[in-house]
Amino acid sequence: MPDFIPPAFIFLIGALLVPFFKGQARQVFALLVPMVGFANYFTIDKGAHGTIQLLDFQLTLGNADAWSLIFLNIFTILSFVGILYIVRDNKPLDLSAGLLYSGSAMGVVMAGDLCSMFFFWEMLTIGAVMCILARRTEASGKAAYRYLLVHVLGGVLLLAGIIIHIVSGGSTAFDKIELAGPGAWLIFIGFGINCAWPLIGSWLTDTYPEASYGGLIFMATFTTKTAIFVLARVFPGEDLLLWIGLVMVTLPLLCAAIENDLRRVLAHCLVNQVGFMVIGIGLGKELSLNGTAAHAYCHILYKALLFMAIGSVLYRTGKTKATELGGLYKSMPITAIFCCIGALSTSAPLFCGFVSKSMIMSSAAKQGEYLIWAALLFASAGVFLLAGLKVCYFAFFSKDSGTRCEEAPFNQLLAMGIIAGLSIFVGTFPDSSIYPMLPFADATYEPYTVGHITDQLALLLFSGLAFTLLLRAGLYPAELRATNLDFDCLYRKTGPAIYGLFDKVLNQFNQSAGNFFVGKVATGASNFFESGSARILCHMMTPIWMLAGHSKEQIEEERHILFKRAKRGAFPIGLTALLAVILLGLLAVVFLVEN
Amino acid sequence: MTQKNPNPTDSTGWFDKKENVRKVFNWLLGACALLVLIDVIFWITGFDKHPYLNWQKWPGFQAVYGFVSCSALVLAAKYLLRPLVKRDEDDYQKDSKGGENDA
Repeated sequence: MPDFIPPAFIFLIGALLVPFFKGQARQVFALLVPMVGFANYFTIDKGAHGTIQLLDFQLTLGNADAWSLIFLNIFTILSFVGILYIVRDNKPLDLSAGLLYSGSAMGVVMAGDLCSMFFFWEMLTIGAVMCILARRTEASGKAAYRYLLVHVLGGVLLLAGIIIHIVSGGSTAFDKIELAGPGAWLIFIGFGINCAWPLIGSWLTDTYPEASYGGLIFMATFTTKTAIFVLARVFPGEDLLLWIGLVMVTLPLLCAAIENDLRRVLAHCLVNQVGFMVIGIGLGKELSLNGTAAHAYCHILYKALLFMAIGSVLYRTGKTKATELGGLYKSMPITAIFCCIGALSTSAPLFCGFVSKSMIMSSAAKQGEYLIWAALLFASAGVFLLAGLKVCYFAFFSKDSGTRCEEAPFNQLLAMGIIAGLSIFVGTFPDSSIYPMLPFADATYEPYTVGHITDQLALLLFSGLAFTLLLRAGLYPAELRATNLDFDCLYRKTGPAIYGLFDKVLNQFNQSAGNFFVGKVATGASNFFESGSARILCHMMTPIWMLAGHSKEQIEEERHILFKRAKRGAFPIGLTALLAVILLGLLAVVFLVEN
Repeated sequence: MTQKNPNPTDSTGWFDKKENVRKVFNWLLGACALLVLIDVIFWITGFDKHPYLNWQKWPGFQAVYGFVSCSALVLAAKYLLRPLVKRDEDDYQKDSKGGENDA
């Protein structure tokens, strides 16, 4: 037994073996894989393990420090809960996708060098594409294709960055890199695409709502959070991140306010919360980095809970749009309660979001970043309003849409129950759950002070009051069946436009060329070879007939007869003989002239 | 699995009764008033809330900030963003036909 088994291997081997099992054995096996992963998690000591020499590179598959272990912890928990959530359908593609995705994310966080990090980074994309395809609709097929295109581009940029970085004398170590030179910038942008930054991140809100009801749990957990992890490892304290984060915590909320598809509302709010973490990394102090790690942990919990609640609604009713839902608390009361817990977990006291967000805000205030602090306070209120109140209200409590369905299946309720319990446990006892796992032990924080609790409650309740009053006054934007454009229209619109342009120009050219060569040149040549010799013969004979003193009409008639005969190749013997004599005569003349 | 209830109004959910919704709203108003009152008491008695910034010492700062920012967010989205970005639902020729997994 080796001392260290890379967690990624357990999940990747599990993912490959899942399709070979049948029936209940497959369900049991899929659930066992994360459990083995969890047992393995407890055997990992801090330090570098699993080093392999590959060509000139030393690969490290088990770089265990506080940063990687806290992410490994939450990823392992989520992989189990995610598999539990989808295990009822027992579909090999979905189960394999979940395990592959989890394994790849664990590979990234445990990587000790840029090469193995990149390997697992690319595998993430495969897992995500499988999760989207698992929806098995035409729209999800197209979304998977768009996802793949964007992430392949991101992967190529990252790879180019890593190569330039190494060739220009940088180390292969997966560690802090200064943002200078093309290599570092390409790595920065490659990370940024997965981190859903403004302009380059609209793939997230475009494709997440097309994923399968359970695949989205994995997507919401792994891709953006591994991006946060790598940013925190490689670019902590980078000022530019503050401005990127500032846009991320504000603009997506506006989009979420007018969005009809509740899973897309949650996706916009996800970008907003990732913005919190990006700001935490940008601030770069021990407290803010601790806050980033803690918030990634808590955000994974409550976002998974919210996506599971809406996923169960999709599973039972086939709908996720606010215009089509409402009053579902009657059919799915337990799911409704879990959704409310998810909403409260975004920032209410006793729930997990409360103990993590305030670390980043506190650090911003202490560093004198007042604009950032105000934006974060705005985002706290806004995300509670939209990810919490809007989603819960329109799915479960708004005007009864008349839809009746069964409560979510037991396995889904159990999965939501585990996450809801964890959320409350982490929020209520942070000192015995999440705080000891944070990267910097010295940067402590006490969330439960009287002032902080009353302030936060005031913020949330008055957000709720604003929501209620706007609804009652009819000012809340009506939920409309509409598409709201985002930056992904840059490629979703211009792609087809360029295709259309090429279609017009090149196909027009193709058609003209076809008309000319096939229609004119080829027909002409064919005509020539078919009747050309006959015409020449007629022209040759005309002077002979004229010399013979035939009238014009006679010549015309003779030409006509000769032409027909020549085309058919059928001449009377006399004419053939005459032609033969003419030919012999010509030959004789040529012979005499030559000598 | 799903069926449309022919007459949605016949079900008597707790939130279908107007008086219950009013009850919830009144509780919300009461809680908001109580929090502002607590904040004012803290301000008068000079209770140290360990604020990060001076703004937070003003009584009702968080309440006003929460209310105003949420209202501004929703109204800006409705009147500024929606006219800019709203398109037909099938603008991208999306023809989602519902997956195998979707009920």
